Amino acid sequence: MAKHHIEATVNGDAVEFLCETEETLLDVLRDTLHLTGSKEGCASGDCGACSVTLDGRLVCACLVLGCEVDGQKIETIEGMAKGEALHPLQQRFLESAALQCGICTPGFLVASRALLEKSPNPTEHEVRYWLAGNLCRCTGYDKIITAVMDTAAALRKG
Amino acid sequence: MTESNGHSQTNGEHYVGTRTIRPDGHDKVTGRARFGADFNLPGQLIGRVLRSPHPHAHIVSIDTSKAEALPGVKAVVTRDDFADQPSEFVPAGEMMMNYKDVVRNVMAREKALYEGHAVAAVAATSAAVARKALKLIDVTYEVLPHVIDVVEAMRPGAPLLHDDLFTAGVEPKPEKPSNIAKRVEIKQGDVEAGFEKADIVIEREFKTAAVHQGYIEPHAALATVSEDGSTELWCTTQGHYIVRAHCARLLGLDIGKVRVTATEIGGGFGGKTVVYLEPLAIALSRKAKRPVKMVMSREEVFKSSGPTSGATVRVKLGATKDGKFVAAFAELKYQAGAFQGSPVQPGTMCAFAPYDIENVHVVGYDVVSNRPKVAAYRAPGAPISEYAVESVVDEIAKKLDIDPIDLRLQNAAHEGTKAAYGPKFGPIGLEETLNAIKKTEHWNAPLRKWQGRGVASGFWFNIGGETSVSLTVNEDGTISLMAGTPDIGGLRASLAAVAADELGVPYDKVRPIIGDTGSLGFNFLTGGSRSAFSGSMAIVEAAKQIRAELCARACKLWEAKPDQVEFSDGAVRPLGALAEKVKAMTVADFAKVAGKTGGPIGGVGRINAQGAGPSFGTHLVDLEVDPETGRVSILRYTVAQDAGRALHPAYVEGQYQGGAVQGIGWALNEEYIYGADGKLQNAGFLDYRMPVASDVPMIDAILVEVANPKHPYGVRGVGETPIVPPLGAIANAMENATGIRFTELPMSPPKVLKALKEKGLARA
Amino acid sequence: MRYEAPDSLEGAVALLAAANGEARVLAGGTDLLVQMRADVVEPGLIVDIKRIPETRAITEEKGGWRIGAAVTGAELKEHPRLKKIWPGVVEAANLIGSTQIQGRATMGGNLCNGSPAADSVPALIAAAAVATLAGPQGKRDLQVEDVMLGPRKLALRKGEIVVSFLLPPRPARSSDAYLRFIPRTEMDIAVVGAGVSLTLDGGGTITAARVSLGAVAARVLLVPAAAQAIIGSRLDEAAQQRLEAAARAACRPIDDKRGTTEFRIEVAGVLARRAALIAQDRARTN
Repeated sequence: MAKHHIEATVNGDAVEFLCETEETLLDVLRDTLHLTGSKEGCASGDCGACSVTLDGRLVCACLVLGCEVDGQKIETIEGMAKGEALHPLQQRFLESAALQCGICTPGFLVASRALLEKSPNPTEHEVRYWLAGNLCRCTGYDKIITAVMDTAAALRKG
Repeated sequence: MTESNGHSQTNGEHYVGTRTIRPDGHDKVTGRARFGADFNLPGQLIGRVLRSPHPHAHIVSIDTSKAEALPGVKAVVTRDDFADQPSEFVPAGEMMMNYKDVVRNVMAREKALYEGHAVAAVAATSAAVARKALKLIDVTYEVLPHVIDVVEAMRPGAPLLHDDLFTAGVEPKPEKPSNIAKRVEIKQGDVEAGFEKADIVIEREFKTAAVHQGYIEPHAALATVSEDGSTELWCTTQGHYIVRAHCARLLGLDIGKVRVTATEIGGGFGGKTVVYLEPLAIALSRKAKRPVKMVMSREEVFKSSGPTSGATVRVKLGATKDGKFVAAFAELKYQAGAFQGSPVQPGTMCAFAPYDIENVHVVGYDVVSNRPKVAAYRAPGAPISEYAVESVVDEIAKKLDIDPIDLRLQNAAHEGTKAAYGPKFGPIGLEETLNAIKKTEHWNAPLRKWQGRGVASGFWFNIGGETSVSLTVNEDGTISLMAGTPDIGGLRASLAAVAADELGVPYDKVRPIIGDTGSLGFNFLTGGSRSAFSGSMAIVEAAKQIRAELCARACKLWEAKPDQVEFSDGAVRPLGALAEKVKAMTVADFAKVAGKTGGPIGGVGRINAQGAGPSFGTHLVDLEVDPETGRVSILRYTVAQDAGRALHPAYVEGQYQGGAVQGIGWALNEEYIYGADGKLQNAGFLDYRMPVASDVPMIDAILVEVANPKHPYGVRGVGETPIVPPLGAIANAMENATGIRFTELPMSPPKVLKALKEKGLARA
Repeated sequence: MRYEAPDSLEGAVALLAAANGEARVLAGGTDLLVQMRADVVEPGLIVDIKRIPETRAITEEKGGWRIGAAVTGAELKEHPRLKKIWPGVVEAANLIGSTQIQGRATMGGNLCNGSPAADSVPALIAAAAVATLAGPQGKRDLQVEDVMLGPRKLALRKGEIVVSFLLPPRPARSSDAYLRFIPRTEMDIAVVGAGVSLTLDGGGTITAARVSLGAVAARVLLVPAAAQAIIGSRLDEAAQQRLEAAARAACRPIDDKRGTTEFRIEVAGVLARRAALIAQDRARTN
């Protein structure tokens, strides 16, 4: 069967690609578009390492087919910084040592940004439950949660 | 020339002990950093592995002809492509493995010994073709009875995995093979006499299940082999020199012809100290004459890479009524998986190590069974044995009505204590961690009904080992630092800080990289809590050489004698009268004139780091039990651990917090669940239940620093100790909350509820 | 493997009816893609229904609410009024998986995946929701409790899809709740799920109730005896105990890697009681 021809927007750029039916959005991002910032940890939606936003909605790219995203807007970790300016969350993660091996970090950053865009003043409980779909094995989550809450507070101050 | 440790900068800054931004950080927060599966080569093929569906079977025949004929398939390998290896033990992380077993674990030979055991591998032009090809490989198995429980495997008459495995460490040497690979033992004093002296003796048996390291990044390797046999390999690993050694051996290559690059690594915890895909990728690439990329699926990670042992542990501890421990005995039975080599030896060594006990006897058994070969997992063996010991210590505290911290303080190992496994301790920080916990607000906070508090201590001895680093002064005065131990948690930040302080240059002028195996002398792997300890020691050596070299060049330039110059505060400084004639020269100043003054400036540290100091820790946990469902919530957690000297406090705290949460998972919900058919039922993150962010509270980390006198900065490794105390602390908190001593892990809700009901505590 | 994304019900039905071999409906994909990846299913045809307006709309209908089968949990949560009227249904849909899963998962998919541990199904059954199906023979309605017959067994005929769910009008002083037991705090499949919907009279007495249990039998159960146990009461101790007993009596659970038989039976009673108390509390303030 012929491949699907898909046009979408990735991090603000128009992209065009071909994909087989069974290729996921994660496969397309990593292998076709060469955006390897989103990671595959499980391919079953249980770890969040492949988190992206799709038309503004936080999703696991491993659970979306490439052929489903025609006409849609995708934001990945690669689009989070604006030129040389890191997003405040990225900067805070660095300053707070909220990463150790770093494999889960793209997923956490995308998920955290989605949280703060929706809910600028989350409680610790809300942050933990929002991020429950992002597994980290290195940090024990402590510094990640602190970094997200500190960033939220800083952004509220303006 | 006076020697200086150069501990401050021209600008007065020093970086060791501060919270610098890690040099690899920007790439990691932007997705630019390249982990194992992020590497690609033009023209690469995709490799996939065919794995045994049976836990135990003779492999009668393998027919790959149909797979080889499938368009798009460029190479297929089986046991025929790997030469057999004679028996020889080699380090695999902090454990030992035998090459005869390594080659069989990488590719099954006579038998499939666990579900998931590699039987064949293919390289094809796409993942889809590779998957199809696997289905076309015909393997004829003769299914055999299997055994997966350690006690069952030890029984005479149990299904035998290896007919050439005779229990080592017993006299006389057995005539019949068995599944018991080895018996180990440590002994000190006379435990029988000791137990006679005891006023109270507690004996308990404990059981733990196999748990996986749970790294989020699956194994990945990319290999390309040239016609002359030179091989390049990129892989996610904790030890690329070990990978090189194992691959060279398995594939009959000269070590010098194999160049391994360690990619960024997405977690290891000991599980990435062994080879799985790497030899397969190389063998396939050699055959296909194209690069081959292989990545494990999550299911393969669980089924085919090594978890740590499940075990049965019996502990007997005797004390006087005043609380002095007088005799300690333990018997450990650890699962090795399909090949020998469980961490029963370190488990034996660590069991009673936190305590000064005159009479100690620990016996351990290494037992094979039809499960994946175990790999190291953070302080391998110690969490299991120390869970059992800390539980019994807690019981003694309760029976004698002595505060559990005071009881531990009374018996704590200290400087001069001779550990039962051999060495005499130098300065150590166990008492400091116990006192630090005692002083916390946490220790005294009130508890409500169904809430409980538990404390436990733990220990890991830490290692040093072979380490090579290089420091190069670039023409503009920046420093290139090359280390050879993969950075799994912030190492580059710590090493850069040390180099910056040693040479008196700003932190951001030091660029650390992890070099490939072609660029540095041998490095033992990242493990054993050694990379910051050994790496910093080697950097001190390299920096010494640079400082000496610069002083020598200054002497030439200034026509001075060695005692007229000194390196301090980032520069070579003229002393005395000379200071009126010449100005000090910084590292950068020398860099500008390097060519004219003798050539490139650099230093090399090549050491076998000795003097690793043990790190002790004490954990305190509050939890709450839902008496109607058995669900446990962790309410509060504090860690106090001795770091010797924290090169980077935030990353040391991170080790404490991460290890504690792994321990929480191990204690409450993580376990390998097998059916009677010997097949793993929970080979995914859905049902292998690791803690998520909402499962845990903030983890308070207290850095205790009792300097290790054998390290120039006082550093102790810290990475492994944090996972040792949680199991005991949580079990002790459960006892405090429910009055029930849980002797089986994990303490999952069905078990907890059942125990509550049996005790008449659950609401009907 | 074919992928089609029709923009009408007729189009979707025609594709599914004509398919020879395995065909699957794609809504959120959070079950289908996992099963495809695990080689559990290899569909020859995937029909994406997300472009069909009827499956994506939330509209008021005759005093009740019609929710499209492909509305995501996250969208349900963001609807300004639904969670006030049906908090149990909305919270159930939002317990499925993680935030990322809730961004895609749908109640239609949750039901048609055919797992008795599905989170949103007990809440829908307790709500007396009716599923509207469209097929080659036209449209028909089924009570949600009659859609899932067993693990992976649905009452759907070939070519039929679930289009939407109709939640009935809500009398005053009504509310619902859904609770599930999982060993962690998130991310697990329900070991037991309990949905309770009830209505109170002016004096606080329960005049109507429905109780549904998930993950304790081969299908999600509607437990009339459990409802009977509390109707006419104000959920006093005795009524709570009757409710627990009735819930437990209805369970026919299995032993598996997520829970033992005895554990599920025990906890089913506990959750039914707790869910009823929450629903009662919510109904009082409604």
